[in-house]
Amino acid sequence: MDRQIVLQMNHIMKIYGNGVVANEDVSLELRKGEIHALLGENGAGKSTLMKVLFGIEAPDQGEIVLNGKATVIKSPQDAISKGIGMVHQHFMLVPSLTVAENIILGVAPKKGLFIDMDKAIEAAANIAKEYNFEVDVRQRVEEIPVGIKQKVEILKALYRGAQILILDEPTAVLTPQETDELFVQLMKLREKGHTIIFISHKLDEIKKICDRATIMRNGRSMGTYEVADISTQEMSKLMVGREISLQFDKKPQHLTSKTLLKVRNLTVYNTQGVLKVDNLSFDIKGGEILGIAGVEGNGQTELIDTLTGLNKKYKGQIQIKGKEIAGSSIADIRGMKVAHIPEDRMTTGCASTLSIQENLFSYQFRDPAYSGKVLLKQKEIEKRSDSLIKEFLVKCKSRKQNVGMLSGGNIQKVIVAREFSTAPDIIIANQPTRGIDVGAAAFIRQRLLDFRDAGCAVILVSADLTEVFSLSDRLAVMYKGKFAGFFTDVGSVTEEELGQHMLGIKQDERLEGVLYE
Amino acid sequence: MNSAKKFDVLRTILSVLIALAISFVIIFLVSEQPFEAIKNLLIGPLTSKRNMGNVVESMIPLIFTGTGVCIMFSANQINLGGEGAFHMGGLVASIIAIWVTGKFVSPVLALICAGLVGALFTAIPAIMKITTSASEMVSSLMINYVALYFGNYMLNNVIGDPAASAASYKLSEASELPVLVDGTRVHLGIIIALAVAVLGYVFLYRTKMGYQLRITGENEEFARYSGINIVKVILVSQLLGGFVIGLGGGVEMLSPIYSRFTWTSLLGYGWDAIIICTLAKKNPLYTPFAALFLAYLRTGASIMARRTDVTLEIVQITQGIIILLVVAEQFLSKYKHKMIAREAKAALKDEEVA
Repeated sequence: MDRQIVLQMNHIMKIYGNGVVANEDVSLELRKGEIHALLGENGAGKSTLMKVLFGIEAPDQGEIVLNGKATVIKSPQDAISKGIGMVHQHFMLVPSLTVAENIILGVAPKKGLFIDMDKAIEAAANIAKEYNFEVDVRQRVEEIPVGIKQKVEILKALYRGAQILILDEPTAVLTPQETDELFVQLMKLREKGHTIIFISHKLDEIKKICDRATIMRNGRSMGTYEVADISTQEMSKLMVGREISLQFDKKPQHLTSKTLLKVRNLTVYNTQGVLKVDNLSFDIKGGEILGIAGVEGNGQTELIDTLTGLNKKYKGQIQIKGKEIAGSSIADIRGMKVAHIPEDRMTTGCASTLSIQENLFSYQFRDPAYSGKVLLKQKEIEKRSDSLIKEFLVKCKSRKQNVGMLSGGNIQKVIVAREFSTAPDIIIANQPTRGIDVGAAAFIRQRLLDFRDAGCAVILVSADLTEVFSLSDRLAVMYKGKFAGFFTDVGSVTEEELGQHMLGIKQDERLEGVLYE
Repeated sequence: MNSAKKFDVLRTILSVLIALAISFVIIFLVSEQPFEAIKNLLIGPLTSKRNMGNVVESMIPLIFTGTGVCIMFSANQINLGGEGAFHMGGLVASIIAIWVTGKFVSPVLALICAGLVGALFTAIPAIMKITTSASEMVSSLMINYVALYFGNYMLNNVIGDPAASAASYKLSEASELPVLVDGTRVHLGIIIALAVAVLGYVFLYRTKMGYQLRITGENEEFARYSGINIVKVILVSQLLGGFVIGLGGGVEMLSPIYSRFTWTSLLGYGWDAIIICTLAKKNPLYTPFAALFLAYLRTGASIMARRTDVTLEIVQITQGIIILLVVAEQFLSKYKHKMIAREAKAALKDEEVA
């Protein structure tokens, strides 16, 4: 059954300003009424290809053929007018406006100089009804859950007449239940003749709802396949170039007797005065990984910022190795051998305009091995930089290269190299593998396990459920600043159960095993 | 050298050439003797020992203020108080040079105090920022007038020589910096200036404090996360930058050019410093070259103005255009992208071969 081809992207090449070749030679072909998976590791060039299609980036080579005619897409506005809509990973909604206002934003029905609100609400409600989206269009966006926000984004694109809909990792922010609901909606859209590009690296999801899949690796397309004809093993092999092993060298646990980090009744408000961490208590000993799962924005960031001294306004007690940290500077806390892999690697984790070497020593330069009273010991620093680059497999031209010129995975390796080279006793890792390629992620995960085996206490905050499942010795689920669930036997927890805790449907009052004393 | 750096150099050179070309066009439009004017502008400074001396002599204050601004801007503090710090440095140096007459003691004491007052001066906007989050750009801009009018007050009421008009008492002979090359006014200041540029480089790129300063300047959030004391870093950077600029004011005042304090308006070296800093890409080591360029251009312009019918202001236009083009990140960006793309494609081919 060969259906009409609506879009072709032929031999697209895109080189970014820092010299990174994001798309080398990529071709993509879409049929009317299909869900087409764009599959690849982080950094394979999926997002870049979509940015080219949506008019955000101009390609260096190649052409786009829309409905049989070669076209140039100059801007997102241009893309929208040609019937292409995009739902970004991070939603582009105005929180203080209602759902209806967000949907009609920019294309509002007018009554004289003013927006015709009644008509707007009617139009928004109509389109929601037409596509069977259960959304209350009068609600403010800030009051609705993530799953509904995503529906609003999709409606926004449909309202603007999108025939081709790009969904950039739509399930990344959803719980398992919300994901199922989304899939039902997407299948309905397919029936109505819309074409959907589904960007993902989750193979089971692609198997579930996609018709065809184009697989990308290292900026090239590895071919387009009928999903029914290809196994997940084959897909993953094409995607990574080798078999991925999700098996880690996880040795039996040896807890040390010392509680390295003790938190009691920790309460944190953010700068807007919103309660983000709510009376939280937990302990962690050497030789274990405490995983903290949860939908983003449930207080994980505030918890980590407080533990590492970035945020100093809190109530309750935090003791590192028995010492209260109130009044300690960030340097003091780092001096207690606490390493911190920050959530946002570009704004907090590095200075992109400085060299790899300069980024590797932003804390360690104080060590007498690397500096005297006034001067830096340039030779020692250079030697150590070279050995760290080698040990952590940072792909770069030299230690003098600016960090901003590296790929995401390699930037993360520089950060991890810096933090791990301080011989830490406590590692606080916030989304350590987000947005980096599978190889780099596996490398970092194995390192975390090695530190655990060496008697280090590790806190691992991650939105990647597979990651927290496979690494954690104890697992907490954070919901609205509290632990909504706590598991000491991680192997016995199911994803569904975790999902219910993440959504706050299930909340355990007694958290067994969260405290040691 | 990687392509991005190569491109930066290329763009700077091209900016200079375009600016010169525009200046030539203007010269042709306004002058009766355009060829004579251009010749004087371009090679006038080389025509005599005295003219060459003029170039070197006018480099000196530019190196000081340029280095000071490099240090302040490296911490990402857009402190524009250099103008006032230079003025205060000159004022304080002259006050000491008037009344302290001991050989050696007089210039050394005058220069140290000039540096200190410069440091205090640029620290004021920094302290205001740290304690009240007042924008250092606005406060430093306004505080320059305080320096100017304080200088005028001192000149009128304290150090003014009743026998002269708008000038202080004579500076003691012991305070004057010795001339190095006979027949010119090239003085000891050039040695101090070059030393300051090298020391400025060593400070920023080789010391612990300089390293912290640059990290803070490039990404303050990252500096904080790394445990760097940002308040201390900002304060040190502004104190040190101001010290260098104040010292420059002192050196200028003690040079053979002046025998009395006569500054009744701001001299503009603080602004020139921003040009120097931009051309030197915030690296003090390059400030002497940037200063040489600017000094050469100005000397040429003044020779041109003396010998032909073209006025001095033409060079100001040239300067303005150069700065506009150098700081315009997007200028030639298409060419830059092509260059990077070509390099990336070549790298791809290499990989395939290998």
